[in-house]
Amino acid sequence: MEDNKVIKRSEKYMNPYLAGVFLGLVLLSAYFISGRGLGASGAIKSTTVSLVKTIAPAHAEKAPYYKEYLETHPGNPLNSWLVYQILGVIVGGFLSGALAGRLKFKVEHSPNITSKKRLILALAGGILFGLGAQFGRGCTSGSALCGMAVLSLGGIMSMMAIFGTGFGLAYFFRKFWVNI
Amino acid sequence: MGPLIAYDLITGSTNLLFAFLIGIGFGFVLESAGFSSSRKLVGVFYGYDTVVLKVFFTAGITGMLGLLFFSLFGWIDLDLIYINPTFLYSTLFGGVLMGAGFIIGGFCPGTSICAASIGKIDAIFFVLGIYIGVNIFNEIYPLVEGFYKAKFLGSPKLSDFLGISDGIMALVMIAMAIFAFWLGEIFEKKKKPVIY
Repeated sequence: MEDNKVIKRSEKYMNPYLAGVFLGLVLLSAYFISGRGLGASGAIKSTTVSLVKTIAPAHAEKAPYYKEYLETHPGNPLNSWLVYQILGVIVGGFLSGALAGRLKFKVEHSPNITSKKRLILALAGGILFGLGAQFGRGCTSGSALCGMAVLSLGGIMSMMAIFGTGFGLAYFFRKFWVNI
Repeated sequence: MGPLIAYDLITGSTNLLFAFLIGIGFGFVLESAGFSSSRKLVGVFYGYDTVVLKVFFTAGITGMLGLLFFSLFGWIDLDLIYINPTFLYSTLFGGVLMGAGFIIGGFCPGTSICAASIGKIDAIFFVLGIYIGVNIFNEIYPLVEGFYKAKFLGSPKLSDFLGISDGIMALVMIAMAIFAFWLGEIFEKKKKPVIY
């Protein structure tokens, strides 16, 4: 009985259209206040640059990509808008998860695959996404979502490429996700 | 009047405080909508759960309409906001890599951080993967720099590119979104629900 209650509670997600309107308003306030949109991969890039700068300063100076970043972003890479925003995402996600009773350490995966396989796939997907977000100059939030809101040609192209590739490859990776 | 930071109505530090607050809203909505679950996210590609499509397009349209109306009312100067630049080849290639990463890893960067915040261990691995990906890009940058910077078109809007007004463009986007919602609802009804 208690178990059923927990499952039911965790299934209670916000209506997607309502969530979309809220997300759009958050995005609008980012533009109105800060003149820029939301982002995620940029914060990971800032922390990477900062990490490399701390551990191997000589390498950060030599590596042209990080050097370009440090030149265009003076000061501490961690003291950036996106880093503060991502800290907020962690807090906001945690709060929502806590209120809905969804805080739990677990590896979520389809019953078709093992936890270990899921972790390897997640790591591989992350590597591809990290690489892709550099080429795309932003990820699903920074490039695709913001790009759509400001009608940017590049952003909308990025959105179509991300989702188009996802749909195109879905068939080949179906065994990782669904019972077919 | 807006963006507030561009008109010096707030200081740089206040701007960072707002970044944190905006992030809280961002993370809270993502988690509440179910974006902390990879199986829910990937559902869009198999048609059993199209929450990604609904949230993404509704958010895009809300943001787009908000910006257009704010501009119309003179509340925001759209020339002062960041418009994503377009580097034709790099943008498309990056999008393809990201799409592959999405279907293999089940997250995108924002959703993986959100999922990691409620304890999803697979999401933590995804975030680690992003770090590795960024570092790989840094290492191969000398080889790909030419490609990365090729075919720079500036920061055009799709409406300018097509030679139509922003308003008509917005109407087309809304029509496309409604069509996508309709397709999404049909697929969700047809597919057997997946329990997760």
